[in-house]
This record gives sequence, C-alpha cells and structure tokens, in this order.
Amino acid sequence: MALSGSKQRISGHSKKAQYSAFTGYVAIVLAMLLGIVLLVVSLIQPSSFSGLRGLFGDATQPVATANAGARSGGRGFFDSVQGYLEAGQQNAELKKEVEIARIRLAEARATEEENRRLKALLGLRETEVEPVAVARLVGSSAVSTRRFAYLGAGRSDGVKPGMPVRSERGIVGRVLESGRHSSRVLLITDSESVLPVRRAGDNTVAFAEGRGDGLINIRLINLGINPLERGDVFVTSGAGGLYRPGIAVAIVTRLTDDGAVARIISNPAATDYVAVEPIWQPNAVRGAETPIEEAIGSNLTVSGNEESEREEGTRQSELVTP
Amino acid sequence: MIERRAYKTRRDGHGRQINRDQSPFLLIFIPWATILLASYLQSVPIATSGPLLPPIGFLFLLGWRLLRPGVLPIWSGLIFGIWDDLFSGQPFGSAIFLLSAAMLAIELVDMRFPWRGFAQDWLIAAIIVVVYILAATLVSGSRLTLPLFATIVPQVLLSIIAYPFIAFIVSSLDKLRMMRFRTIA
Repeated sequence: MALSGSKQRISGHSKKAQYSAFTGYVAIVLAMLLGIVLLVVSLIQPSSFSGLRGLFGDATQPVATANAGARSGGRGFFDSVQGYLEAGQQNAELKKEVEIARIRLAEARATEEENRRLKALLGLRETEVEPVAVARLVGSSAVSTRRFAYLGAGRSDGVKPGMPVRSERGIVGRVLESGRHSSRVLLITDSESVLPVRRAGDNTVAFAEGRGDGLINIRLINLGINPLERGDVFVTSGAGGLYRPGIAVAIVTRLTDDGAVARIISNPAATDYVAVEPIWQPNAVRGAETPIEEAIGSNLTVSGNEESEREEGTRQSELVTP
Repeated sequence: MIERRAYKTRRDGHGRQINRDQSPFLLIFIPWATILLASYLQSVPIATSGPLLPPIGFLFLLGWRLLRPGVLPIWSGLIFGIWDDLFSGQPFGSAIFLLSAAMLAIELVDMRFPWRGFAQDWLIAAIIVVVYILAATLVSGSRLTLPLFATIVPQVLLSIIAYPFIAFIVSSLDKLRMMRFRTIA
C-alpha cells in the first residue's frame, strides 16, 4: 500500500507505518466530509464565513493595494508608450475623454428624462450624492466562475453591505460583505446579480442579469415586439431603492428573443478607483426585506412604493443584508 | 608536490556533498509556501470580467504532489483548501472538498501507477484540473447556463497548457529545496 506523508513509501509489515497510512486516509475522508458540510452551509447561507474572509481580506489588504498601485502604474506606462507610438500621449487621453463624454451624454439624457418625470410627478429634483468612500478595486475572483471583486475600504470607512459601487463610467456592483478595511463586491456580471434598468431616453424597463462571462442579459419586463437596437444604453432605473437612477450600466451588443445581450460599460478590469455610494432609498430596501405578514399593520416599514416591492421579490432581496 | 584536489567530484547539482546537509526548514517550507502564495496571488493580479486565470494554487499543489509524492501529507488538502477558499470567491468549503478529493485521487493513481514519466503526470494533472474546474463551477452557486460553461473553456485550456510551466517552476524550486545549505560538524 502506498503511503504518503512519510519518507518510506511502502508500509509493508510495519504496524506503525500501516497505522499512519490508515490515519491519513481517515483524515482525508473526514476533510472531504467537512468540505461538503461547509459547502452546503455556505450555499444555503452565503454570508456564513464573511467574518473569516473579512479578517484575511484585511490582513492582506496592504499587499493587494500595493499590487493594485503597481498594476495601474504599469498600465499607465503601457498607455504612455502606446500613446507615443500612435500620435502622442494626448491621443490616448482624448480618446478616453470622448468615451466618457459619450457615456455622460447618454446619462445626461437619462437624467433629463428622469428629472422631467419627477418634476411632473412630485416637483422634486435629484441631487448629486456624496460618496461614502473612494477606494481601489484591489483584486477579483479571477479563477472562480463567481464574479467578486475586493475593495480596499471597509466598515471603518463607512462601507456597509448593500451599498452600490460605481466607477466614473458606470455601475460596477454592490458591496456584499464588509470587513474592517476591505470588502467584497458582487459585480454586476455575476450570475446572481439582478439589476433593474431602463433604456436611456425612454422608459423601456428591464432587468440586467449577469451571465458570469462579462456580459449581461437584458430581460425586458413588458414582452411584445422587442424595441431594442444595437447600441442602446441602459441606465439604472432606481427601482428597488438600491441604486440611484440614471447611472450607466450596459450597451446592447446583440438582440435576443426576450431582450438583448449587453456589454458592461464599466469594466472592472479597466477600473482603478471606485466610489461607494450610500443606498439610494434605505427605507424602500428595508420595506422590501420585511415579510408581507409583518409589513401589514405597521406603516413604518412600507414606505417604499409598490413598484420597488414587487421587484425586490426576486433574488436581490436575499442577497442584501445590511 | 601537492596533489590537485578534485573539487568537482565533491559537488553535485545540490551543492557540496561533504560536511553539508539539506535545510530541514526549506524541505518543508518551500512547497507549502509556494502553494499558499499561488493560492493567494490568483485573486490579486487583475480584476477580470470573467473566469480567466487557471487555478494556479491548485496547479502548484498538483505539481508538488506529482513530482514529490512524499512531501505533502495527504491531509494537506484540507489546509490548502481552507486557505484557497478565503480568497477564491467560491463558497466556503468548495476548495476544502475538491482539494482533499484531488489528493485522494492522486493517492489512488500513485498506487496503481507508481512509475510515471512527465507525459503521464501531465495527463493526470490535465484530467484532474478539468474535473476540478467543472466541479468548482457546479458548486459555485452561480446559475448554470450555457454561456457560463462556454466561459470556462478558455480557462480549462489555459490550465492544461499552464501545467508544464508550473511543473518547471516546481522542479526548479525543488532543486533549491534540495540544496545542501546546512553545515554539519
């Protein structure tokens, strides 16, 4: 019988070697069972081991931050070289600016629309939101099929689970777990992420579901003739109360039967610093979390509108645990 | 006349042979450190929008286990699994289970085929890594759709191609590990 963990590979007639080989097998089977139990626990209750992960995330955060700095520095260097090779560094910068301006334009159109509607309805105006924290994305789950990113800011900076994370281009994701100095972000491309969106410029509402491969499925809520076209920009609709309305999410690249496949506007690979924003409508989120039975009879918890309640009935509600 | 000393005969690839011994610290430390470091590093380098990197920590584990069967105890899959789960983004427990299962699988392969060349090692590693990535996808808790499986194809291919490089790094490190640094009286 082969024996690992010892210099002697054949246990032979030695009772001691046989026992230690046997103990090894018992240990490995127990480890597998432990793994299965932990796996089931964490699949049922995804936030079970967030404390442990947060602890190690905090411990390794300085290294990760230094690495992220080096990474962006390196990328900057390559950008400069590329810029010189093409037509001067300005070219690269201008391109970036034009790109952002284009997104801004789409966003502005969406905001204009939003404003007009809100003013008509309530006479209210959207104000710019002060971010809770600005930090680097220090890493991501580059191996796993789940899409998480790690953020270099945590509870000590005021980051709490559920808060939306955005870059200067658009929505990146939302905070899932927060440690003391680091936190884990669920990217919008994760297949468990669902985001209420609408087309910039009109009110075609849809859900943006991650596919896990960097693309997003746009599923229209009102079925019928598919009104989408390639190049349509989708922005957050504000339904559900988590995300502020009017932030760029994705651009349609291909049409499908019930919607479209879209590319995310704010690719985490091209993102340096991100801003963590407060939850847009905390009351609505809290209301959506309260079970209907409890909500009936207490008017305090039902402050969100009907629309947000209906949409929070999806998986999103169970992922948000402020 | 003094005879010329035959220094060359007293040295081999791992340093001087007389009066020297391997460092017991390095013998254990290097394999454990490289696997733990690789497991951690796979989350750091780049924020990707899809699963792209091969599971480097797991490949290092395979590399060490296949090259040096006696170095890693069979229960080490548990320790590496716990560590890997902290950084991988997979639900906690998946790497504990999968790495332990891989260690057991290699143990069984070792019993059946004790003498192997590099090609066989590569084949074994390729089969195990394909099963590992598929299983990790199944238990990742993401919705299992066709596009999701399409995205792991490049990762699987990259992992298979990456194994020889990682085996090369492992064997270089093994050379360092076997160096006779310690002076014995």
